[in-house]
Amino acid sequence: MAKPSVMIIGGGLAGSAAAMKLAELDCAVSIMSFAPLKRSHSCCAQGGINSVNELTRQLGDHEGKHFEDTVYGGDFLQHQPPVKELAEWAPRIIDLMDRLGVTFNRTPEGFRDQRRFGGTLYRRTAFAGATTGQQLLYALDEQVRRWEVTGHIRKYEHWDFLAPILDDQGRCRGCVAQDMITMEIRAIPCDALVLATGGCGLIFGQSTNSLACTGSADSRLVQAGARYGNGEFIQVHPTAIPGADKLRLISESARGEGGRLWVPRTPHDPRPGQDIPERERFYFLEERYPKYGNLLPRDIATREVFKVCIQEGLSVQPDRPCVYLDVTGLPRDVLDRKLGGVLEIYEKFQGVDPRITPMKIFPAVHYSMGGLWVDYEATAQGGLRIESPRHQHTSIPGVFAIGECEYQYHGANRLGANSLVACLFSGLTVAPGIINYTTTLPAGLAAEQSSTLFDRAAYKENSRFQTMLARPTGGPSVFSIHAELGQLMTKYATVIRHNADLAQAYERVSELQEEAEACSLSDTGQWANQEVFFARALEDMFPLAKIILKGALARDECRGAHYKPEFAFPEITATDPIDRRREAVEWCEHFEENNRKWLKTTIATLDAEGEPRLTYEAIDTSLLAPRPRLYGILGGEIIEEVWKEREAAKQLAGSR
Amino acid sequence: MEKRKAADNWSAEPTRAFRVRVLRQDGPAQPSYWQRFSIAWEPDMNCISVLQKIAAKAETIDGQRVAPVAWDCNCLEEVCGACTMVINGRVRQACTALVDQLLQDRPEEIELQPMKKFPVIRDLVVDRSRIFVSLQKVRAWIPVDSYLDMGAGPRQSQDVQQLAYLYSKCISCGCCLDACPQFIKIELYREPGESTEAYEARLREANYRAFMGAHAIAQVDLFNSNPIGSMTANERLDALIAEGGIQVCGQAQNCVKVCPKGIPLTTAIGRGGRAATKHIVKKLFDR
Ligand SMILES: Cc1cc2nc3c(=O)[nH]c(=O)nc-3n(C[C@H](O)[C@H](O)[C@H](O)COP(=O)(O)OP(=O)(O)OC[C@H]3O[C@@H](n4cnc5c(N)ncnc54)[C@H](O)[C@@H]3O)c2cc1C
Ligand code: SF4
Ligand code: SF4
Ligand code: FES
Repeated sequence: MAKPSVMIIGGGLAGSAAAMKLAELDCAVSIMSFAPLKRSHSCCAQGGINSVNELTRQLGDHEGKHFEDTVYGGDFLQHQPPVKELAEWAPRIIDLMDRLGVTFNRTPEGFRDQRRFGGTLYRRTAFAGATTGQQLLYALDEQVRRWEVTGHIRKYEHWDFLAPILDDQGRCRGCVAQDMITMEIRAIPCDALVLATGGCGLIFGQSTNSLACTGSADSRLVQAGARYGNGEFIQVHPTAIPGADKLRLISESARGEGGRLWVPRTPHDPRPGQDIPERERFYFLEERYPKYGNLLPRDIATREVFKVCIQEGLSVQPDRPCVYLDVTGLPRDVLDRKLGGVLEIYEKFQGVDPRITPMKIFPAVHYSMGGLWVDYEATAQGGLRIESPRHQHTSIPGVFAIGECEYQYHGANRLGANSLVACLFSGLTVAPGIINYTTTLPAGLAAEQSSTLFDRAAYKENSRFQTMLARPTGGPSVFSIHAELGQLMTKYATVIRHNADLAQAYERVSELQEEAEACSLSDTGQWANQEVFFARALEDMFPLAKIILKGALARDECRGAHYKPEFAFPEITATDPIDRRREAVEWCEHFEENNRKWLKTTIATLDAEGEPRLTYEAIDTSLLAPRPRLYGILGGEIIEEVWKEREAAKQLAGSR
Repeated sequence: MEKRKAADNWSAEPTRAFRVRVLRQDGPAQPSYWQRFSIAWEPDMNCISVLQKIAAKAETIDGQRVAPVAWDCNCLEEVCGACTMVINGRVRQACTALVDQLLQDRPEEIELQPMKKFPVIRDLVVDRSRIFVSLQKVRAWIPVDSYLDMGAGPRQSQDVQQLAYLYSKCISCGCCLDACPQFIKIELYREPGESTEAYEARLREANYRAFMGAHAIAQVDLFNSNPIGSMTANERLDALIAEGGIQVCGQAQNCVKVCPKGIPLTTAIGRGGRAATKHIVKKLFDR
């Protein structure tokens, strides 16, 4: 029998991992990317990759705690079995990457070194200098090259994925793509299609993402009928350098190694940061959250930076909001050996040495927790049946999704250094399920399908392309529309959200969508026409932008990265112990009621008019009961106390 | 601090514009030509934001409507290697080429050209597939038995890791190749009616035999000093002494001066040369 053929779209960490594993299992693998795989966005990841390890184990850590930190960090919005399985595989995944030659930092005895990241109390994060994503991606890129040489993997670099090809039963039989140099549009048959196309930061204009992160591939799949999960959950990272073209990230590892966030106690103190004495500095995270300090999960840290700059008026600079991220107190050796790459970025772009002067930073859009909805099959033990064809399978038969472009692992907020491990886990484990899927295909392999199926699909995309080139001149430019979309989304759909704003933004985005479809191109050439690809990506940003806005508008609560002040729980304000307790009881009741209403996955699909429709799916919380997410905030002790009493009482009642 | 000062001077003249000269080419085998653009100055610009502004405006300094300049980029933080081009005569990454610094050195104009040793696809976009062909040739990977769970890799000292990390930061940008006098441009054109696949195979064949350049020599050292990689060191040394190998290097040392990642290329070439000599001698005796 012919080998099953698999087309992977995306050569970042997830796509490359899937390619090498599928090649090892003797599939005919193709991998497609905008750029050579080695230049994929994953190379930007700086800080590290999480797993339980021998060091943390001796301090009482185990896979269950990694699972728990991830679920608690994600505000319980994930189905729990996939997360459990991820945490269990993580140590073995790092071992494999170690064997593949990843240059992980070492301890003096030669073991892999680990650092601490946000949302955990353990040093669970392995790292390779300050360019961990680059080093992981390179190791995989090398393996893919190895299989390329032996003819097991075929690369389509500089190609843009345009659409899946679905047969009459709605089953995927291939994809249509366009060569970004010759502009050739081609229908390529495949038995399984895997999307590994990363994030969608460009919808927000500027972000920490690479310019290829348009979300266009996800959008094209959604336009073909796929379901999209938890779109409204967008992570805004607390520490980035404001910039004209990109908001460059300063990795959480800077805080993991001891970096501290602060502002001068005197608003806009004109002295350079390093000259402000210790007692005149307000270490706002450490004071408010003594237990986690600077290593809070990102959603909370970001809101605190916003609060201190905007509500409390303590921004370092009067003309633009920013706070200090200070690593000047760390030993030179740590700065150079463990943070070199991160600090270099600040130095190169700001012209200031962060080893001497505290860095000025502000939050920036960073990561999409939401993404293509994918399925899984749980075992009786609450883990996953990895070899199940349902594993990582989208709602379109024959299309799988892995890495940042799917929604499964991070809930309402992703913990730092958990993305790389989820990309690798989903990439490495998708293979057996795909093979099982392809062996039971009804009506044969893709190569046996009628050629009209493929011709029709290519024809359709060709017409769209030609229509685009033939648009009249004088319309708006793609760049100005993109700029406005980015501004709207950043202003109304990031850290703090209000219903009235979201509704207004939705209307304006709908108008912009029409304008985008009419905008004219200044390049109508048939050779390496980059504007065509950008214009098409821009059009495809709108369905996702609308899904994000509509999901956010509908979700009347605060959870993880999604925050609406209107629905925030009141703080405990009473001073009298009895009143405090009463307030805490009310708080807990409120919390439970809110969960009954909102502890569910948002699922978006597009209707015939292309408008998003939302439905909701219950969440599997069978392994860990949801509980208030307080991270030891000062004043929150009473809630925790009351919560524990209530849980104990419930258990007692249950056991009777 | 320096930079702030420059910015303050500029902001005294908010309408200040600067000129950019771009060497354009519509496609392979087409003539190249210069075009000038005028760009309004803004704080914190780099050559990427300059090219973005050119694309948005698509109009030359004399008001002629033109197609946007084509160029490559992705990460915007000098880690993907995509945006490499020749800026004011020097091969480097556009994303870390800051406008204020460029104007300080040469106030009249910023000059952008495609890399010189790689065939132009269009404008500033070049075909660098040769870089990846040489990585195939030197077998730049760890030949593990399988991707099954076999435990961790071997323990390593901090020194070994630091050296390997230095080499493995290579972003395959090709600066070291563009600057190398021994690295000769190879340009093949598509025949009429030739498929993409057939053209790519022909190009690959030619690239495979040509000089691999400093980056690939450094990768040999990286993989041959890895405990697992060293088990197949001879295969890489064979590639190193084959046609297009280390013997082509004339020790001009241009490469090391332009590497954005500070990779010790001349050290790698020295070590590679010694390993190659030993390997040749050993092969003579093994006959
Ligand atoms: C600055 C920064 C630092 C980070 N640091 C960390 C960290 O320390 N730890 C951590 O765990 N996570 C980190 N993250 C998150 C993490 O890097 C990403 O989530 C992860 O790399 C995504 O990998 P991926 O394989 O899913 O996709 P990507 O690496 O984004 O790759 C997407 C691929 O899809 C291709 N593609 C997309 N659309 C198309 C299309 N239409 N046609 C053809 N090809 C297409 C692209 O060319 C690319 O090859 C960081 C993110 C950023 C932005
Ligand atoms: S030392 Fe060798 S590789 Fe480097 S520039 Fe000179 S000739 Fe080229
Ligand atoms: S060795 Fe340096 S200059 Fe050469 S490709 Fe690598 S990073 Fe670029
Ligand atoms: S855009 Fe990646 S190196 Fe410049």
